[in-house]
Amino acid sequence: MATDIIFYLFSTITVIAAIGVVASRNQVHSVLFLILTFFSTAGLFVLLEAEFLAALLVIVYMGAVAVLFLFVVMMLNVDFEQLRQGAIQHLPLGLFVGLVVLAELIIIFNGIPTHHQTMAAAGEVSNTLAIGKLMYTKFLLPFEIASLILLVALIGAVVLTLRKRKGVKTQIIAEQLARTREQSVEMVKVASGQGAQS
Amino acid sequence: MNLHHFLFLSAILFTLGIFGIFLNRRNMIIILMSIELMLLAVNINFVAFSHYLGDLTGQIFTFFVMTVAAAEAAIGLAILVAFFRNRSTIDVEEIDSLKG
Repeated sequence: MATDIIFYLFSTITVIAAIGVVASRNQVHSVLFLILTFFSTAGLFVLLEAEFLAALLVIVYMGAVAVLFLFVVMMLNVDFEQLRQGAIQHLPLGLFVGLVVLAELIIIFNGIPTHHQTMAAAGEVSNTLAIGKLMYTKFLLPFEIASLILLVALIGAVVLTLRKRKGVKTQIIAEQLARTREQSVEMVKVASGQGAQS
Repeated sequence: MNLHHFLFLSAILFTLGIFGIFLNRRNMIIILMSIELMLLAVNINFVAFSHYLGDLTGQIFTFFVMTVAAAEAAIGLAILVAFFRNRSTIDVEEIDSLKG
């Protein structure tokens, strides 16, 4: 019974926060609602005995992805009210498509029989240990490819956003190191009382 | 609380993601956030099936979906920042005029 109450609590918060993400007028509020959605979903994952993924959701999504969104929203100086103009005329089409998709999904899901087979396969070990054992044996190659995807995303984001500004005084260390003694220093004999000629 | 409860929740979340794209079809940031919502709905589906079928593979796949979603958010926002520098707007309807 208690799990039912927790499920309904978290799922209600999730749905309300998701509505807030798509419908709120302020962008920053949208991102904060997105964080709330992720957090209540992490609660649902704990309810489903997926503790590792719940922790991952809190760390990766709330700690990295949502903060990245927040940075971009606050960094860009955009007139969001102007972007919202004309949104109302798309509302009927959006509602229609959304309701059709929802109806289709519910029809499909109703055809799935409910199994009540709990995690007997995992046995006594914790969720994190079981996932780790599976990931480093059976799914080792996909795991390595996932790390490659993250590397590509890292380099791609840097390459996309890096720009060279013109007219900025910067230190070019390679040129400094490539200077030789002959280019920069000159020995002159200075006669007494005359001074060095420039 | 059984499998169908989680499936209906993820269906509602997925629909909200689609609805968000239609409602804010000019604002690229909200579209990216709607895509995140849809991926989250898919993740809930995977984890629910993984729990009720007693198979951990669903949770492994959720891990990979999260990896790809993080990479997608990083690249998408980088493209958004690069676009904003060139055009001073994030209106999706003006992206097709990105030439020269």
